Amino acid sequence: MAKVKDTVPRTLMVALVLSIAFSVVVSTAAVLLRPAQVKNQNLDIRSNILAAAGMLEPGTGAEEIEEIFSRFEVRLLDLDTGEYVEPSAVGVKDPMKYDMYKAASNPELSTDIPAAEDKAGIKRRPNVAKIFTLSENGELVRVVLPVHGYGLWSTLYGFISLKGDANTIEGLGFYDHAETPGLGGEVDNPRWKKQWVGKEVYGENLEEPQIQLVKGGVGANVADKEHKVDALSGATLTSRGVQQLVNYWMGDRGYETYLKKLRQGEV
Amino acid sequence: MADATAKQVLFEPIFSNNPIALQILGICSALAVTTSMNVTLVMCAAVIAVTAFSNLAVSLVRTQIPGSIRIIVQMTIIASLVIVVDQVLKAYAYEISKQLSVFVGLIITNCIVMGRAEGFAMKNGPWLSFLDGIGNGMGYSVLLIFVAFFRELLGAGSLFGFSIMPVVNEGGWYIPNGLLLLPPSAFFIIGLAIWGLRTWKPEQVEENDYKLSRHTVKEAF
Repeated sequence: MAKVKDTVPRTLMVALVLSIAFSVVVSTAAVLLRPAQVKNQNLDIRSNILAAAGMLEPGTGAEEIEEIFSRFEVRLLDLDTGEYVEPSAVGVKDPMKYDMYKAASNPELSTDIPAAEDKAGIKRRPNVAKIFTLSENGELVRVVLPVHGYGLWSTLYGFISLKGDANTIEGLGFYDHAETPGLGGEVDNPRWKKQWVGKEVYGENLEEPQIQLVKGGVGANVADKEHKVDALSGATLTSRGVQQLVNYWMGDRGYETYLKKLRQGEV
Repeated sequence: MADATAKQVLFEPIFSNNPIALQILGICSALAVTTSMNVTLVMCAAVIAVTAFSNLAVSLVRTQIPGSIRIIVQMTIIASLVIVVDQVLKAYAYEISKQLSVFVGLIITNCIVMGRAEGFAMKNGPWLSFLDGIGNGMGYSVLLIFVAFFRELLGAGSLFGFSIMPVVNEGGWYIPNGLLLLPPSAFFIIGLAIWGLRTWKPEQVEENDYKLSRHTVKEAF
């Protein structure tokens, strides 16, 4: 029997039949499960945004997340001019479909950051960012901005949420990173994240971003405590990375132009 | 092996012939996915499903597979099943599939799956092969759960995400042992588990590869 099944035509036949059979299995699974997967991915992005905005209670159901998120407006923002742009400017129909991290590797949609200014360690920056704004009675009350930058081992991806004054922090959260569990990984600790609430990004003249992560905690008597957050213990480099990336994105290569216009009511 | 009974193939791999502890297969994922019980259980379920169904499929077509391409055929079957499992996890357990990330895909390279397909399913009937797959998957799971239990309890003070020993960072008293959250700690725990298992079942201890010869002193003349 071994002789019969080892002939070349038969080997080719078996290979062909098995390949076809298993490609049918795999593609059926992929096609059938696709809607559920897309739903999960969207929900995941939405809950990350709401978590950064401090609007997500633990255990919030999927429908509730959709409901809260639908109050936000998705906007595309030109970082250099600080103006909103139409989705067609980046070649998409639905602003939600735009992926600013993919755009960062497209030479037409991104710019190189000179090494001296690249505090966040990200090398290239997309020209257009996807941001989320929340208005109540025609007045902008919250703006959620995507931020990313290098920590110790990995790029941290997250969102920072500011109040309508474009200065007070409402929340900061990272949804993707690979920092050391228990040390740098504590950026996910809710107790640490809580400290960011109410901190102010800019100093008195609203010029330079002033955020600092300091060692030893931020007591009541510390000078400039509205800009200071307790660093993560045992994670000097992750803490430095977080400080740098927040200051980079709040600086003039990040969202500063836009935030200034926002304060003056120009956008 | 042809006269193996269903009970034997199902339960032997759990302690007597454990794929991780005795055959030392599948160590890679045992290091990577054992930081929390939830993730580990899902990984175990995925591996059991893949070993069981790949064994079944390989066994069903075993008389048709030409010898020259048999490894490739096994690989195709295993890879297809892993993709299906990965898709199902992404659809129904998204959070956990995000934490497992590449390790679901890497089940393809898990030596246990391939080892059982080549070593057992090619020579045995579909039903026995299916049970053998479940048995070996469970043997893998027992050890992974053992490792994950200690890593999550001592590394994060919790089990299944519920706080057992409140940690200092959250206002409790337990200072978590950060080493246990890092991959090398799994080596220590697996090592201790193998030691324990071989003390309980001394027949698993291998013969020494060589013997030290008696120390002799030769005087120079």
